[in-house]
Amino acid sequence: MTLVSGWLLYGWIIAVQTKTKKTLAKPNIRNVVVVDGVRTPFLLSGTSYKDLMPHDLARAALTGLLHRTSVPKEVVDYIIFGTVIQEVKTSNVAREAALGAGFSDKTPAHTVTMACISANQAMTTGVGLIASGQCDVIVAGGVELMSDVPIRHSRKMRKLMLDLNKAKSMGQRLSLISKFRFNFLAPELPAVSEFSTSETMGHSADRLAAAFAVSRLEQDEYALRSHSLAKKAQDEGLLSDVVPFKVPGKDTVTKDNGIRPSSLEQMAKLKPAFIKPYGTVTAANSSFLTDGASAMLIMAEEKALAMGYKPKAYLRDFMYVSQDPKDQLLLGPTYATPKVLEKAGLTMNDIDAFEFHEAFSGQILANFKAMDSDWFAENYMGRKTKVGLPPLEKFNNWGGSLSLGHPFGATGCRLVMAAANRLQKEGGQYGLVAACAAGGQGHAMIVEAYPK
Amino acid sequence: CSEPRSRYIRRNFTESSALLTRTHINYGVKGDVAVIRIKSSTSKVNTLSKELHSEFMEVMNEVWATNQIRNAVLISSKPGRFIAGADINMLATCKTPQEVTQVSQEAQRTFEKLEKAAKPVIAAISGSCLGGGLELAISCQYRIATKDGKTILGAPEVLLGILPGAGGTQRLPEMVGVPAVFDMMLTSRNIHADSAKKMGLVDQLVEPLGLGIKPPEEWTIEYLEAVAITFAKGLADKKISPKRDQGLVEKLTAYTMTIPFVRQQVYKKVEEKVQKETKGLYPAPLKIIDVVKTGIERGSDAGYLSESQKFGSLAMISESKALMGLYHGQVLCKKNKFGAPQKDVKRLAILGEGLKGAGITQVSVDKRLKTILKDATLTRLGHGQQQVFKGLNYKVNKKALTSFERDSIFSNLTGNVLKVDMVIEAVFEDLSLKHRVLKEVEAVIPDHCVFASNTSAFPISEIAAVSKRPEKVIGMHYFSPMDKMQLASAVAVSLKQGKVIIVVMDGPGFYTTRCLAPMMSEVIRILQEGVDLEKLDSLTTSFGFPVGAATLVDEVGVDVAKHMAEDLRKALGERFGGGNPELLTQMVSKGFLGRKSGKGFYIYQESVKSKNLNSDVDSILVSLKMPPKSEVSPGEDIQFRLVTRFVNEAVMCLREGILATPAEGDIAAVFGLGFPPCFGGPFCFVALYGPQKIVDRLKKYEAAYGKQFTPC
Repeated sequence: MTLVSGWLLYGWIIAVQTKTKKTLAKPNIRNVVVVDGVRTPFLLSGTSYKDLMPHDLARAALTGLLHRTSVPKEVVDYIIFGTVIQEVKTSNVAREAALGAGFSDKTPAHTVTMACISANQAMTTGVGLIASGQCDVIVAGGVELMSDVPIRHSRKMRKLMLDLNKAKSMGQRLSLISKFRFNFLAPELPAVSEFSTSETMGHSADRLAAAFAVSRLEQDEYALRSHSLAKKAQDEGLLSDVVPFKVPGKDTVTKDNGIRPSSLEQMAKLKPAFIKPYGTVTAANSSFLTDGASAMLIMAEEKALAMGYKPKAYLRDFMYVSQDPKDQLLLGPTYATPKVLEKAGLTMNDIDAFEFHEAFSGQILANFKAMDSDWFAENYMGRKTKVGLPPLEKFNNWGGSLSLGHPFGATGCRLVMAAANRLQKEGGQYGLVAACAAGGQGHAMIVEAYPK
Repeated sequence: CSEPRSRYIRRNFTESSALLTRTHINYGVKGDVAVIRIKSSTSKVNTLSKELHSEFMEVMNEVWATNQIRNAVLISSKPGRFIAGADINMLATCKTPQEVTQVSQEAQRTFEKLEKAAKPVIAAISGSCLGGGLELAISCQYRIATKDGKTILGAPEVLLGILPGAGGTQRLPEMVGVPAVFDMMLTSRNIHADSAKKMGLVDQLVEPLGLGIKPPEEWTIEYLEAVAITFAKGLADKKISPKRDQGLVEKLTAYTMTIPFVRQQVYKKVEEKVQKETKGLYPAPLKIIDVVKTGIERGSDAGYLSESQKFGSLAMISESKALMGLYHGQVLCKKNKFGAPQKDVKRLAILGEGLKGAGITQVSVDKRLKTILKDATLTRLGHGQQQVFKGLNYKVNKKALTSFERDSIFSNLTGNVLKVDMVIEAVFEDLSLKHRVLKEVEAVIPDHCVFASNTSAFPISEIAAVSKRPEKVIGMHYFSPMDKMQLASAVAVSLKQGKVIIVVMDGPGFYTTRCLAPMMSEVIRILQEGVDLEKLDSLTTSFGFPVGAATLVDEVGVDVAKHMAEDLRKALGERFGGGNPELLTQMVSKGFLGRKSGKGFYIYQESVKSKNLNSDVDSILVSLKMPPKSEVSPGEDIQFRLVTRFVNEAVMCLREGILATPAEGDIAAVFGLGFPPCFGGPFCFVALYGPQKIVDRLKKYEAAYGKQFTPC
């Protein structure tokens, strides 16, 4: 007993001393790999995708994945998609898109929703299915089409219409119609605010930025960084996950259209968008409404190798967290990061590529300040010391949600592919993906580069 | 990113602070803005006392004299507390109305100087901004408030029987308009930050911050200060105008109020309403109307003069003394005199749905106590749950809660787990039933669990007689309607239901029931003498009781009143005699149990507001008729027969040690039983009316009726 633990300790000391990087494979658990992943170009809402339906976009991602990987359709065991604002006609958008993309009608599909980490949930659901031996090959993805959202009749109008449907005689119908009032016609928009707190996310982000003393200038600077890096990555052709999409009746879309590096002077002119007139969150330092879809091919390692694939990365430990949706709505990364690192036995220094979801500049910077604060760690996280800052030179180097765009349901896959592609390109073994989501939830996952 | 920079001026300027250390105020200069921070080191809240006032003047004079300073921010350094009002002890030390008038005029002058000063002052409000605090804030050029539940503005002076005496009656009408100002000052209602913004009472709201790099409350205040400073600069640079954009409705109202005829009609309507509600017992509301009217109709000089004079005269009369006494008593009763409990009550069980059970449940879940409600049948349990839900939903409709908060609070009402720290039993007043429940419950509860019996009549020792652990059995008595009334008198409890608590010694009827019972007995006697029900009710309400004496019996429940009368007469004898209890017995046998059964002295119908007499009671009354005594008048003497019996019993309770202090007795009587607040409670009444005169009255009635009136 003591001998064994002694050896383990010795091994650990050697590992630390020599900084030999171990792999995160776990005994008796199947390794899960990402073969490849693609996405449609992410576009500002109301541009080229505006006449599509969500399953059209999702289908484009799926066919793109089929082209990229040439995976035989019949080997896919299961398809999972994430989405946030559901089109009611295609509520299981994964299934509708898969059928249209020519996948086998024998491949089941389901749709998940978890706000901005819906695609993350699709991926980790797939990881679970593979690790537990239920499936070998999974397609996970996500889609969001903000150009069109379901706007409903008011509850009163709906009730009237449903009652009319049931009315049997003319008399009943007339008496129901007599109850109609003009205000019944007021439409009901999809909620933009948190259901539990009635606060919009931008409002909460502004309060969060103030709570962590993040200034307007800092936020604008960070947004500018995101746009500049994205532009550079686009120009250098690093965004290799993007697949062109021939939109019916329109030109082929080949790249993201939300990247717009501006100047600090220009950005400083904008008025606050949520907390007026003294807030700090503006249109320029927030992510914009985006249309887009993503898809990834995930397999058990042995299956991928047997099929002759060279996978890009392993999907390793992951962690979901949740906190108070009022004051900690967007702090998910701060809570999830140390937990997933501890679970994987890694430290901040082991990570070579950080890919964090950028909902707002203020949110990213507030998370930085929270991670850099001993006081916060002690008082709110039950930790003795601070989490520590991710080094900026390893952080979202190819742009982020602020510049590339943020189709809610699709962003998770983009983050993982960015981490995997960066590890391939820049070298390094571990990537860390983290994101916050409405409802005060958060997610983090370790991506390990597949050895070359 | 680059190194962190801040847009807040806070970091960029070193703060020069005045060397002088003061007790209530310190101030520093940030660039060209003076930040005046109020923090009374002598008490928990900031109150406008003489000392604070003079320190404030000192600081302002310095600010005005310093060239470098262009404007100022006025803020409190106490989270959740701006200025809670003027120091009422300051009034207590004054001997004459003239002295009080002088105090008022001094404050008026200071605030006028503040208002007219060339350097704008911004009030940054977080927490309670009441009375004198509000008057100070509205003398500033601009007001910024944090938008949270703790920030409330209001003019509660009328509750103390006085009026806003530092210019409030003159400035407020201009800011919020005449109708709103009457609503504010006459109802003394608390105005939350967002409605204050809508009314024009504050100019800007600041969002409260959550957790961050410092404790949220502290950090929110610093944030408020930083935002206020940016506004101060904006004001000084004329980039921000202190003038507010009015909505169409507001403009229309403002326009109609310029028509003298309309104004006269408004005054008339408000006066009528006040007259009806106060029955002429409270002079302050009418004086408030008068002062506001003077300012509007005859100019602000006349208005200010009238304000200070009326303030002086009101502060010296008995009504305001009584009301201030109540205020002090209430503060006293909200303090925990027993130290920290051995074990915090986290889980609570309530037995017996009824009105009381559900009411206790509601106040408990509201304070996030895990509460288990139990009853004998599912239907009755359902009633209880529905009542709790209804109470919470009412708050949702009033926008005091979101539907989400309602659901989350309601989830504190849990199922059948008996691992509780305390059981409150609210079953019917029947000793054998109470015994059975106690025994059943004791078999399953943990050792530390406290068993509280909700009884208004039985001594706790009698209930605890069957207990295995009588030291853990206590009595509690709540007053309905539970969620609104402020008082819970208890025989020793440390529940945090947010109630005003008075603690009494064990004894039959404790305190409140003991005072109420003789009065009720006299009600019966008076009715037996053929006094009309409605006349009796109007005599009691015109004396200052919130409900008429006969209506009170209906509200309490005729059966409960009967129990009370029988038990107390058995225990304490003749002092509880007078009326013939047969009246109640016969009413109960006919099912006239009061409001709860739909019939009592009156008939109660859902959706019907007006009450009709229950004519079936007449025949019972006729059969029990007694001749009135000729030496006792049918008017004033009826009022005094009721009130002297009440007061006599209250004094007896104090003498016997049932009550610890007269202050508690006053509070319990006013908030629990509706004793006229203008008299400040039975003990205050004795002091105000004169003990000898009360004894004389008692002796007169004793001669006419017998021993129940024997003065103690």
